[in-house]
Amino acid sequence: MNDLIQMTGIGKSFAGIIALQNTSLAIRPGEVHAIIGQNGAGKSTLIKILTGVYRRDEGEVRMNGKPLAISTPREAQDAGIATIYQELSLVPLRSVTENVVMGYEPRNRLGLIDWKAAHARTREILARFGVKVDVTRQLGSYSTAIQQLVAIARAVSLEAKLVIMDEATSSLDDQEIETLFSVVRNLRESGVAVLYISHFLDELYRICDRVTIMRDGRTVATHDVAQTTKLGLVSEMLGRDAREIQAVGLTALSGGHGQPGEVLLEAQDMRSRTGLRGASVTVRRREIVGLGGLLGSGRTEAARAIFGLDPLTGGRVVHHGGVRIDNPAQAIALGMGFLTEDRKADGIIPHMSVRENISLALLPRLRRLGAVDRARERKLAQHYIDALQIKTAGMEQPIRELSGGNQQKVLLARWLALEPEILILDEPTRGVDVGAKFEIQSIIRKQVAQGLAVLLISSEFEELVEGADRIVVLQDGRSVSELQNPGVTEDALIGAIAHQHERNVA
Amino acid sequence: MADTNTFDLRRYLKGGGHSFGVWAALVIVVLFGLMRYDNFGGAYNISSFLNYNAMFIVISVGMCFVILTGGIDLSVGSVAAFTSVVAAYLSPYGIQVALPGAVLAGLAIGGLNAFFVVAMRIPPFIATLATMLGAKGGALVISGAQTIAIDWESNFTKLGMEKAFGLLPWTIVITAVVVVALWIVLEFTSLGRTVLAVGGGEDATMMMGLGVARAKVFVYLLSGGCGGLAGVFLASGFGAGQPLEGVGWELSAIASVVVGGTLLTGGMGSVAATVAGALLLGLVFNILNFENGRGVISLSAYWQMVIRGGFLFAVILLQSQLTTRTRRAAE
Amino acid sequence: MTQALAQLQQRFDPSRHGALVALAVILLFNLAVTPNFLQAQTLFVNISQVATIAIVAMGMTLVIATGGIDLSVGAIMALAGALAPLIFLSDFATANPALGLLAAIVVPILVALCCGVFNGVLVTYLNVQPIVATLIFFISGRGLAQVLTNGNLQTFSNPSFSYLGTGKVLGLPFQGWLVLVIALVLFWVVTRSVFGRQLLAVGGNERAARLAGIPVNRVKIGAYVICAGLSGLAGLIVVAINSASDAARIGTLMELDAIAAAVVGGTLLQGGRAPIFGAILGAVIIQLVKYTLLANGIADEVALIAKAGIIIAAVYLQQARKE
Repeated sequence: MNDLIQMTGIGKSFAGIIALQNTSLAIRPGEVHAIIGQNGAGKSTLIKILTGVYRRDEGEVRMNGKPLAISTPREAQDAGIATIYQELSLVPLRSVTENVVMGYEPRNRLGLIDWKAAHARTREILARFGVKVDVTRQLGSYSTAIQQLVAIARAVSLEAKLVIMDEATSSLDDQEIETLFSVVRNLRESGVAVLYISHFLDELYRICDRVTIMRDGRTVATHDVAQTTKLGLVSEMLGRDAREIQAVGLTALSGGHGQPGEVLLEAQDMRSRTGLRGASVTVRRREIVGLGGLLGSGRTEAARAIFGLDPLTGGRVVHHGGVRIDNPAQAIALGMGFLTEDRKADGIIPHMSVRENISLALLPRLRRLGAVDRARERKLAQHYIDALQIKTAGMEQPIRELSGGNQQKVLLARWLALEPEILILDEPTRGVDVGAKFEIQSIIRKQVAQGLAVLLISSEFEELVEGADRIVVLQDGRSVSELQNPGVTEDALIGAIAHQHERNVA
Repeated sequence: MADTNTFDLRRYLKGGGHSFGVWAALVIVVLFGLMRYDNFGGAYNISSFLNYNAMFIVISVGMCFVILTGGIDLSVGSVAAFTSVVAAYLSPYGIQVALPGAVLAGLAIGGLNAFFVVAMRIPPFIATLATMLGAKGGALVISGAQTIAIDWESNFTKLGMEKAFGLLPWTIVITAVVVVALWIVLEFTSLGRTVLAVGGGEDATMMMGLGVARAKVFVYLLSGGCGGLAGVFLASGFGAGQPLEGVGWELSAIASVVVGGTLLTGGMGSVAATVAGALLLGLVFNILNFENGRGVISLSAYWQMVIRGGFLFAVILLQSQLTTRTRRAAE
Repeated sequence: MTQALAQLQQRFDPSRHGALVALAVILLFNLAVTPNFLQAQTLFVNISQVATIAIVAMGMTLVIATGGIDLSVGAIMALAGALAPLIFLSDFATANPALGLLAAIVVPILVALCCGVFNGVLVTYLNVQPIVATLIFFISGRGLAQVLTNGNLQTFSNPSFSYLGTGKVLGLPFQGWLVLVIALVLFWVVTRSVFGRQLLAVGGNERAARLAGIPVNRVKIGAYVICAGLSGLAGLIVVAINSASDAARIGTLMELDAIAAAVVGGTLLQGGRAPIFGAILGAVIIQLVKYTLLANGIADEVALIAKAGIIIAAVYLQQARKE
């Protein structure tokens, strides 16, 4: 069969750092093709080269055998390549119709936009997906699922030959995912190829025909999905031997050791506007409680609510001190810390030095006559730089100049410096290299042994399964089950999530 | 879900109906004026009111486009002052030269803004602040800080006085044409929709393959051109080029746009509501005049600014409520 | 030695350095061209004129450091400047000169501080963009001042009040010393105090600051309040210099001068940095450009164009460095 898209020998580097190296990808017409790989494997860079957001340094892209020269998203669209990003790709303030036809509006005889025809066309395409909505309303007033479908409708309306879906299901519920998949099958039947990027291996088996695995900026292999096993895919993604993974595990966290102490915090039946619909979790001294579940299941939302960032609409959080937590400052005063998932947006203050970033949450305690006690601050910063082995030219170096792993250590130091009782860790090892990951996990384990309680959120099942003493499984903002270590396996965790899914469908 | 194209007032108010307030306020103020003052609805008052406010309407509409992209243009007042001088100097050659000349001068400054913002990536606020100073300085330099009298022999003066087709002053007719044309551009052309999309999400618009840079260049040119036209009206209205005028106009224009319900972050708003906003702010002054004329109270003209500020405050309060709600709905 | 050099290089601030070079160029140019530049009189004139810009610019620097902007500074100057003569010309003040003088200084500044609270609350609790929030006072503040004075020019002769603008300490204008004192205090605040650290953190990354328990709203309001208070003080100085108060003129276009001075002095518009002495440097440069053009017989208007050029150049350099 002739390939629809053929990318060969693609190379790309940013400011001297190689992002892609001799990468190849071939997509056949009418297939659903998955790309998998860890964060930083180069998936999104490759996609962005295909869609004209980035320009490749070397290599060749062919479409239907002819060389394809694309340098803007517009040209990609005109060539028949449409992209559906998890966010960013639509304008929520504008109407559904506008988002579908924008840039390609039907015109009347005067050359003006024919809104009647535009609405009709939009309605017609959405009806094909079984979606009936008021197309004149603001897109932002609809659920994420509808917005995703609108994005696909746009692709269909542009008569795309290839639709790229980047983490399309991460914020959808089961029902919505099912609708999305039926639309994807629909596309496949009409001969449209779909390039599918997802973290969820299950989805791959449900919807994809072939899979390409990426690692460290290269494509490792392409398989027919039917001929793969999950373990095989994971081992190729990580570049490790399958048996080794099964035997040793991948993390330095290891749960189920210490004896947990008294209850420090109890969240009961939390509900919020951010999507919590009855989440409960209890945290005891000297234990790591994992929050399991898919993206969008309410893990981060639960953490934010506990930390006083989002108001609860129902349920309550009981701190052993008996005080209600309304804002982060209060949570911090009660001995809580929150290492957030998005280091750049919620964590580092880029202009500031390592020292200033470490002492940030501790400022109220370093106050002396309104001033910062600089001597104590320096001592503290140096202590944590040594203890966590933060690689920096000195405590005065701006944090933005540090590597991701070291930035993460600085942020960890910020919270450890508070000597907290409870530390919430949201994806503590995401986007850091393997060495730093191991170190960060060891530090956490050491602190827990000394009495710290940790609420751990991780998308890596290994980290949860091996790290947590207990795992609370969340789904759709509800806590649905709890697994107790030792004895939890990855399969058991996946099973717990999947089991619940089945029950929901039934 | 209901699939309907019919107008649903409740939904309009709850959803995109940010501009409802301005229309309601406009109706109330007009009714108030009609009931309270004898000559409020008279042809003279209406005509002179519109004639005077034409320039504010024009710059407000231009400003509306800039704000819709999420930008701002602080230079419009200075542009009007500058182009009023240009128009005055060109007046001996007649309106057919002076008007395009002044508008071209405005476009040139708008082009400079576009260059700073799009090519040099200077924040719109700073870029237009600089051209504001520059245009002001330019107006003072070329005029020697003096008002430049219009050539009374030429047909330039007819602009504000002679009635088009014996009905309305030319100023009003031209303003109406500009407003309608820009309304069509915004509602019914790809360019207009792109302007809205850019303000709603610049990255998304880029991803959709739309011409973000083109839309931005367009709005700054447009705003400059509108400033130029306002300069022509200014010169014809006062019978002279006014290098010292235009101070604070940009803020009145911004206020009109905001009062009209346009989101300051861009992405949502309308030409018609902006005109309504400009009319409303103008009426405040008009009503004050009438009230003073009755002699019961005596509010100085200075109150005008205070009341305008109050209006702005009220609208901002309303808007911040609405945007929080929309944002919440979007999440 | 090399280590010291490296350290120097690390501490080295390109934007401030650029401004220093600009200052040197202007000074050299004046030495060569402007007649009588090296005279005490020139120094006095420039110090007394630069003081108000510098005072407001320092406040503006704090606001910009939080990622905001304050357009209302000129209007607040007018309000404070209109209030002061109203108070010490009142019957009460003529009866109690000392108390009246005190009230004439304290009350306008208190009013200015209230304006700052208003601005800050709008920006924080109501989530209004700073440009718009401060636009309200920009429009109505001067109107209010004119309403209070009925638009009249208030002239007065009150030597003790005028000391603010015409007094001399150790041979130099009083307001020059005032600038120095304020600068030292604010410098301490920014570099040493907890509030200053929190201010920079809020401007550097607001979400991170909130998560780290910093009272973001209070810090921001603080910045607007300080800025408004300094504007009020500047308004009093302008009135004191002229021994007259004209609400229509006090502080017109001051917001532009202050923003320009802050930016030229190295304040990042995105926030996160507050070079206090940079703001003064920026104010001095702007004042000197004005003076240079004026002293060499070039019209005041051209100074506006020059100012525009300076702003664009400064911000463009900032942008270029960021990318």
